[in-house]
Amino acid sequence: MMDILQIFLSDSFWAASLRIATPLIFGVLGALLCERSGVLNLGIEGIFVVGAMMGWLTAYLTGSLWLGVIFAALSGGLFGLFHAVLTVPLGLSQHVSGLGITMFATALMSFSYRTIFPQVSTPPRIEPFRALDVPLLSDLPFLGPVLFQQTAMTWLALLLVALLWWIMDRTALGVAIKAVGDNPDAVNAQGLSVIRLRMGAVVAGSALMALGGAFLTMSAFDAFFFGMVNGRGWICIALVIFASWQPGKALLGALLFGMFDALQVRLQTEAGALIPGQVFLMVPYVLSIVALIIAARKADYPRALLQPWFKGQR
Amino acid sequence: MIEITPRENPSRLLTAGVPVLAAVLSLVLAAIPLAFAGAPILDAYGQMVTGVFGSAFAFTEMLTRATPLIFTGLAAAVAFKARLWNIGGEGQLYLGAMAAVWVGTGMIDGPPILMVPLVLLAGAIAGGLGMLGPAVLKTRFGADEVVTSLLLNFIILIFVQMMLEGPLKDPMSLGWPQSEPIVDAAVLPQLMEKMRLHAGFLLAIGTAVIAHVIMAMTVWGLKIRAVGENPAAAKHAGIPVTRVFLAVAFASGALAGLAGVSEVAGLKGYLTADLSPGFGYTGIVVAMLAGLSPLGVVASAIFIASVFVGTDSMSRAIGVSSFLADLTVSMSLICVLLGGFFARFRIRRLKAGEAA
Repeated sequence: MMDILQIFLSDSFWAASLRIATPLIFGVLGALLCERSGVLNLGIEGIFVVGAMMGWLTAYLTGSLWLGVIFAALSGGLFGLFHAVLTVPLGLSQHVSGLGITMFATALMSFSYRTIFPQVSTPPRIEPFRALDVPLLSDLPFLGPVLFQQTAMTWLALLLVALLWWIMDRTALGVAIKAVGDNPDAVNAQGLSVIRLRMGAVVAGSALMALGGAFLTMSAFDAFFFGMVNGRGWICIALVIFASWQPGKALLGALLFGMFDALQVRLQTEAGALIPGQVFLMVPYVLSIVALIIAARKADYPRALLQPWFKGQR
Repeated sequence: MIEITPRENPSRLLTAGVPVLAAVLSLVLAAIPLAFAGAPILDAYGQMVTGVFGSAFAFTEMLTRATPLIFTGLAAAVAFKARLWNIGGEGQLYLGAMAAVWVGTGMIDGPPILMVPLVLLAGAIAGGLGMLGPAVLKTRFGADEVVTSLLLNFIILIFVQMMLEGPLKDPMSLGWPQSEPIVDAAVLPQLMEKMRLHAGFLLAIGTAVIAHVIMAMTVWGLKIRAVGENPAAAKHAGIPVTRVFLAVAFASGALAGLAGVSEVAGLKGYLTADLSPGFGYTGIVVAMLAGLSPLGVVASAIFIASVFVGTDSMSRAIGVSSFLADLTVSMSLICVLLGGFFARFRIRRLKAGEAA
């Protein structure tokens, strides 16, 4: 028991929680934006791979990390546009299109990596984002290591939470996006374009998802590996329901998740001899299912989620 | 302006032609990544064709690869018909394989007439329960089965690794995480001398025929389709929607479980954590290419297995990454999805001044 208390008191635990939460924050925000407009984006898992690969590759070729971040977002947006075209104007199955995008994106990135780097023994590496060193603040006890020694991408994620909250709650654009996910006919009656709003939300949301992937190769690690996304996209799809499609709760959900994940790593070192390590590896996925079960009953789905809309019908 | 109107009755020819066109188109599109990789394109296609049809061995290898895909394709097709999104075929495959290994490595001893049905049954039940879980979470708590069945894939794969380093580990394996071999009596026999093709293939074909008969000719099939097309109307017509939904979930999981049994008891002989290179996920493409028709699943599984086996062989000869196969398969899924749109809708360019 003392050990667990010690874990919760250590700054490294909280720093790790925020670090683990970062890619999920990007992903949940992206999924939130898509779903608020009425489009489920199961392409998320593949778009994470796109962000991881394109961000890393750009940084590797140009030496500029921020150029990598921009390219990751642009490439993610491009795959988002693909999903948007299939599901919004064409109104095709969002489930099948999303899974198709995930398979296509994953295969394309793996093929490209293998073609560009045929049979390398050690994966090429980049110099990743370093922990920020904010004068004075980084030296604060506890808060310093937890908040002010994270990388710039973590701060970008936190800023995006605030930005998305502001857009969704305080601007006409946010009201329109939420309305188009609830009642597209009403939006159309107001003279706004349902198609453009939805496509815009899906493209922007997908760009956010790709940043989650980019964090993995450019901040958490320094190289691209096959299978490194490892279900994080799917976890985000569960977390967005847990967050009832609200940016603030999305941050909270991702942080809670990061906490549990950081905790299991530490418990693993404590109890490793008693319990097989795999039990701990299952924790993130089990937690996601549990979160889904807790949230599902009272989940207030965007009412037009999954429903295609065609101009001039009904 | 462009006007999109639903076709009155999409012709049978169009509906059947779309998947074929999608498959052909995806193969043609594969030329783009081939060109990017700097490969001699025609030569590469030639290698793919000889890789599948070049010898009797190559052809039976393709059928061997198609076997698990028929099962996972059926699993997805049956579920999707009832609008049950079972994306957990990969996990259910491993559950089936684990059950087969658990029962078939010495726990019970008996003649083949007993052992073969026993491992099949064990695998089917394990896979079925693997999908019944997410289905119950859906009907009881409203938890989306897409996400739960997907996440279960990860949990089950980690569980398999745990079992292979624990209770299921072969003490004779010199430290490799693999199970003991399946006893001879439980092995699905080879169909031909010196070929790896095994009885699992015939079983898969038989299962597809049974699934076709059930879906097309029985009250059960009617109920499943009714639930998929309009749950509210089905309920109104007195169909026990929840019960049908759960039964479909079990059947779908059981089919994916059989894929695992077939791989373990027919091909590999023992279980490892890399038994399946994503057969569960590819099953979704197989089902979509088949238009969710059980007999169509056989054809599309053979097409996709050909893509994999042909690309593997081409990859060995020319050195282009074998990820090309995954790329082609994913493109065929997107093509068939798009094709479905053109089969269902008529697209017409409106002249200036013409009303929509």
